Amino acid sequence: MAKRIDIGSLSAYYGKFKAIEDISMTVEPKSVTAFIGPSGCGKSTFLRTLNRMHEVAAGAHVEGKVMLDDEDLYAPGVDPVAVRRTVGMVFQRPNPFPTMSIYDNVAAGLKLNGRYKKSELDAVVEKSLKGANLWNEVKDRLNRPGSGLSGGQQQRLCIARAIAVEPQVLLMDEPCSALDPISTIAIEDLIGELKKKYTIVIVTHNMQQAARVSDRTAFFNLAAVGQPGKLIEIDDTERIFSNPSVQATEDYVSGRFG
Amino acid sequence: MTATTTLPATEQTDALGIHQPRLPKWAPAGIALGAAAVGVGIGTVAGLSSRIQWGLIAALLFVLASYAISATVEGKRQAKDRFATSMVWVAFLLAVIPLASLIWETVSRGIKVLDAYFLTHSMSGVVTIQPGGGVYHAILGTLEQVGIATLISAPIGLLTAIYLVEYGKGKLAKAVTFFVDVMTGIPSIVAGLFILSLWIMMLGFSYSGLAGAMALSILMMPVVVRSTEEMLKLVPNELREASYALGVPKWKTIMKVVLPTSIGGITTGVMLAIARIAGESAPLLLLVFGNPVINGNPFDGAQAGLPLFIYEQWANGNEASYDRAWAAALVLIAFVMILNLVARGIARWKAPQHR
Repeated sequence: MAKRIDIGSLSAYYGKFKAIEDISMTVEPKSVTAFIGPSGCGKSTFLRTLNRMHEVAAGAHVEGKVMLDDEDLYAPGVDPVAVRRTVGMVFQRPNPFPTMSIYDNVAAGLKLNGRYKKSELDAVVEKSLKGANLWNEVKDRLNRPGSGLSGGQQQRLCIARAIAVEPQVLLMDEPCSALDPISTIAIEDLIGELKKKYTIVIVTHNMQQAARVSDRTAFFNLAAVGQPGKLIEIDDTERIFSNPSVQATEDYVSGRFG
Repeated sequence: MTATTTLPATEQTDALGIHQPRLPKWAPAGIALGAAAVGVGIGTVAGLSSRIQWGLIAALLFVLASYAISATVEGKRQAKDRFATSMVWVAFLLAVIPLASLIWETVSRGIKVLDAYFLTHSMSGVVTIQPGGGVYHAILGTLEQVGIATLISAPIGLLTAIYLVEYGKGKLAKAVTFFVDVMTGIPSIVAGLFILSLWIMMLGFSYSGLAGAMALSILMMPVVVRSTEEMLKLVPNELREASYALGVPKWKTIMKVVLPTSIGGITTGVMLAIARIAGESAPLLLLVFGNPVINGNPFDGAQAGLPLFIYEQWANGNEASYDRAWAAALVLIAFVMILNLVARGIARWKAPQHR
């Protein structure tokens, strides 16, 4: 079920502004790929091009190819809504739906997209919450609002919501940056579990986190403010943090940047 | 004037210079009482007939005394703070006094003939100079006219707001926003004249509750659009993105995520818009015409309405009619008040829960 992503010379624009330029890389299935780089280098923009969330912003468009196994996500006739069901996403700030209970939050992706039997939904909700390591904490209060949970629990609820629709790929945009260290560890452990089933791409500002959770790491950088962000290199995480092939990467990961 | 006290000098040494004499907690209240007393005193001695003059003198004294006393005891910065605070209090009182006096006047005069008979009977066969009669036909008319106006303008207003916030960009959205702004400024008599010339004079229909409701909906629509727009803008974009990321189409995201999140505020906005048009009398005068007997059919023939009824009774110019006008005014105020309370209740009930 996990899929390989092949990105071929991809550029993304906000109106006339080119945010990322000519990025090509391969994301391996059933592994964690981390994106690191300074603020504004286009990591998040790039991530959002992988499930066609980039074009939600006004005036945003993309050039290039994103191949999910053999399918080009940007080929004419591809429905972005269907793409997002295949490539799930977890956001920086936990964003459970405030009008919905914990149960309804997890079931939202299914409920809003079709009709399911109550028993089917029950099974999916339990499986997803267990998958997100949240089941034991919330199983007695599934009908309470999701916004009553702590920040870390809310983020795991959002992960459960994302995996409930059984995507092939899970994109995570700084999923721990709004959380405390204990919740962060919980999410990182969860990422380790999830990579057995999913292809995971995670954007992070925390280099220790990238080193801890990822198999491969991609370093992005931009020449100057106002210039498009570029992929500097992608390699095994171990190599990026010990012996990268580009000097800029070494400067960044060792803290000598700028 | 009032006695000023300073706190007992502190025992500790004030090496940091952080101790300062403060006025006691009751000082503002004391100054206010003193100012009121002096204001009344000056008013009586100088023989000023208007109580408003007394009050203004007292208010002025209160602001000045607060500043002066605070400046001598507490220092300049505190005095400025007290000055601003006392100005806010005076402004608050100035705003509340007319409101309170209006409600008091209406209740005390309106309660006289307001009873079950008044609420359940029409003016059919009642000679205007005699007491008796009732407001039932006007309540019925107002409910029907306001109800129809809401049925017309709430869906249109809601859809317009959804278009503007969720879809609208470019020239069309700008044009719609502009015309909504223009509509907000339309005087009610102009809306009435518009429907009069279009519906009654050009298309040849007769006076009816429906004609009044159409004019009212012109007044109501921009209010609904504006308030709904603000409520939809308050929905965090993150929720929309979360929904898109689950592969939910845009229209379903709006229906199932955006609208439920903002439904409390939207309902409040619609209720307040209803409250705003319930008291309009000019369009009713032109289009509903007024009718002393019960006409339950809003689509045919002249009807009554509460604002119109008040106007007619007042125009009659005799005691019995004045009493009926005040009682009807009380009914109208109560109607609007109940709508407001319902709106608040719905807003609280539908607000996203947090525990």
